[in-house]
Amino acid sequence: MCRRLHLYCLALVLLLPAPLWALEFNMPVGVTDTSQSIFNLHMTIFYICLAIAVVVFGVMLWSIYHHRKSRGHEAAQFHGNILVEVIWTTIPFLILVAIAIPSTITLGDLYDASESDIDIQVTGHQWKWHYKYIGEDVDFFSVLATPREEIENRKKKNPNYLLEVDNPVVVPVHKKIRFLFTSNDVIHAWWVPDLAIKKDAIPGFINESWTRINEPGLYRGQCAELCGKHHAFMPIEVKAVSESEYEAWLADQKAAQKAAMAAADKDWSMDELVKTGAGVYEKNCAACHQADGSGMPPTFPPLDGSSIVQGDKLEHMKVVVNGRVDKGMPAFGKQLTAVDIAAAITYERNSWSNKTGDMVTPAEVQDLMDKQ
Amino acid sequence: MSAHAETLHHGPAKGFSRWILTTNHKDIGTLYLVFSLIMLFIGGTMAFVIRAELFQPGLQLVMPEFFNQMTTMHGLIMIFGAVMPAFVGLANWQVPLMIGAPDMALPRLNNFSFWILPFAFTMLLSTLFMPGGAPNFGWTFYAPLSTTYAPPSVTFFVFAVHMMGISSILGAINVIVTIFNMRAPGMKMMDLPLFVWTWLITAFLLIAVMPVLAAVVTMVLMDVHFGTSFFSAAGGGDPVLFQHVFWFFAHPEVYIMVLPAFGVISEIIPTFARKPLFGYRAMVLATASIAFLSFIVWAHHMFTVGMPLAGELFFMYTTMLIAVPTGVKVFNWISTMFKGSMTFETPMLFAIAFIVLFTIGGLSGLMLAIAPADFQYHDTYFVVAHFHYVLVPGSVFGIIAGVYYWLPKWTGKMYDEKLGQWHFWLSFIGVNLTFFPMHFVGLAGMPRRIPDYALQFADFNMLTSLGAFLFGTTQLLFVYILVKTVRSGKPAEQLPWEGARGLEWSVPTPAPYHTFTTPPELDKE
Repeated sequence: MCRRLHLYCLALVLLLPAPLWALEFNMPVGVTDTSQSIFNLHMTIFYICLAIAVVVFGVMLWSIYHHRKSRGHEAAQFHGNILVEVIWTTIPFLILVAIAIPSTITLGDLYDASESDIDIQVTGHQWKWHYKYIGEDVDFFSVLATPREEIENRKKKNPNYLLEVDNPVVVPVHKKIRFLFTSNDVIHAWWVPDLAIKKDAIPGFINESWTRINEPGLYRGQCAELCGKHHAFMPIEVKAVSESEYEAWLADQKAAQKAAMAAADKDWSMDELVKTGAGVYEKNCAACHQADGSGMPPTFPPLDGSSIVQGDKLEHMKVVVNGRVDKGMPAFGKQLTAVDIAAAITYERNSWSNKTGDMVTPAEVQDLMDKQ
Repeated sequence: MSAHAETLHHGPAKGFSRWILTTNHKDIGTLYLVFSLIMLFIGGTMAFVIRAELFQPGLQLVMPEFFNQMTTMHGLIMIFGAVMPAFVGLANWQVPLMIGAPDMALPRLNNFSFWILPFAFTMLLSTLFMPGGAPNFGWTFYAPLSTTYAPPSVTFFVFAVHMMGISSILGAINVIVTIFNMRAPGMKMMDLPLFVWTWLITAFLLIAVMPVLAAVVTMVLMDVHFGTSFFSAAGGGDPVLFQHVFWFFAHPEVYIMVLPAFGVISEIIPTFARKPLFGYRAMVLATASIAFLSFIVWAHHMFTVGMPLAGELFFMYTTMLIAVPTGVKVFNWISTMFKGSMTFETPMLFAIAFIVLFTIGGLSGLMLAIAPADFQYHDTYFVVAHFHYVLVPGSVFGIIAGVYYWLPKWTGKMYDEKLGQWHFWLSFIGVNLTFFPMHFVGLAGMPRRIPDYALQFADFNMLTSLGAFLFGTTQLLFVYILVKTVRSGKPAEQLPWEGARGLEWSVPTPAPYHTFTTPPELDKE
């Protein structure tokens, strides 16, 4: 029956879109020494378990075949033997000791995050990651880049569906990188299988982990701890590059952040704000309030025709900056720049049926953020 | 059956009030079992929704927030509504029959513990229709997702859990008091059938940990409504404290859901092997060891929260140790089969599948115990595969095996063996098709509790969904078999199974409304 079952499974697999050999059955070996040793540990335990299963099920199947009434087998009446009980208590115990030794060594290694070259603080937000290069004045959010049309099946899904972000976290190869994890709201977990790092990001606490990547490449991961509605939609991308590329990237980032600071001071026109705002809205607001502003009542109110959006500017700004934590609206003052917030608000006040003609400037938003 | 019962005593009351007012252990056992079957289908419908959404990548049927409500409610209903009440139902029917007692020791309490449940679950299910929706934070309700960020229905969730807890504690007290005080004269503790032993140990686990669950939901309630900060770092609390308290309850809870199944299997295997259970004392000792160890392994659910190295090592070692007594149980069952004279009626098939598939779940559990490897397994579908292997072909197959085994004694009718075999094979194929591919997607990197996934997981998810649909619809066949047995089954014999031993088979078939009104005489072996 077992064989028939396998054939049945096999037949089904063959009917599926991808060929069998293209399927991923096992854990990735990964690109770090630690991921390699975890993989080895995993395969060792797996083979031990397989061996146990073969022996145990082998004996069982053998007696099912031979000791059945239909073959006329008479039941023996023995019902205990101290010696065998002792043996099958001792042998598993010794196997466990044999597994425990390499596990302990690997674990000790994983826990030694000292003497790092680069420290990156990773903060979980509902539903995006924030990376801060400690001592470098570089920080940014990393948000899902998969278009909503693909998620809603209106467009063909690209190969990196749900595993792509706008700003990957960039790190050099062959350097010891220490990640410090925390969270802004609920518990998240930062997981990149190729680095074999999975660590909870807990609000109010800091966890650490480290890695030293051996090969340049793009390594993808996801949030692993249920963190609310969009838990499935906050992926991770780690881009490992050579040291010189990393330095160049870091310099670019610093320059870009300077430019962004300057942008807050410049005079923005209504058109510019609405145009920037449309992009900010799509990335940060549309998931709940929808691209057409219709929301998802009763949980997420519509913005199209909303009394707050059409009402007092200051009230509108307060909601966006401080959030409505009780209703699942994050405090965007902590996540976005004054320019982005001003642009999004201006966009909302002048889109769909909202025709207030109002403009909210970055300076006004900055003012409100400074006051609080 | 009433003719026989009326000559002994008064029979059951007539009409619907029989079921509301009853203090009879058999009636209450039936109530528990029927309730659990209803909950199995409600929880199963939710699993259907989950698997339908996961049939293909992309969002098709439900929105992520509803998906999260489904995963949460599916877990809560299957654990507290389907598996636990089913075992209490089996205990109600079987413990008095197996120890030669006329009823449970505390019959009114027994009625009360059952009738709490429909109200608790009505309240829990009503949250689906509340503004903001049902609880959506997973059955593990980690703070602060279940406190600061919870929907308003969390309050109803807390009270529903309190009610379930009270029901379980009262049920457990009843089992303990019955076993300690109402055994037939001359029946020593080491004469108890193994099902009774495993339930006795389970009852102690329940009394030890259900108050811990009550404590943790109360702390959640306080954080939500009364301004405390047990689980909020901003107020000096700690979200990880929640996990410690929760898993101190929830790890023993997983043994609560499987120890009675061990008991059922230990009754069925000797019957159909026509050979006494191998290593009775070792089995009792192993059950007790598992129960003891279950209290000191809880943080293996939390290897990624950032515990100190010493903590990780302690919980890794203790967790690995559980493999020893569990292995002893499996070896003893197989030794019982060895050199027996086996036949393979439906209860035996489910029991053998239990041993094989529970062992697979146990072996993946051993893999999960290895802390460094768990960094890769944790919170993935590998974990989902693991705990479904121990809960579905484990606990649920154990329950189904028990029902087929004792059904002739309960109803006086024989189920249709051919349909039973169909039920078994379809369930066996369905369960493996559903849960085996989950190992692969989990290892390849698919996190659990997500409504949508990357493309490389698509094929196995489709297989899993197909398996789930097969397994789910097969259980309708189970209901058909049960109804057919009660309505038109062939009359069963006094001893329907050739190799069955034990006091429950000494009463007439069907078991009269009142049994053992005078204690049975035990024949000395």
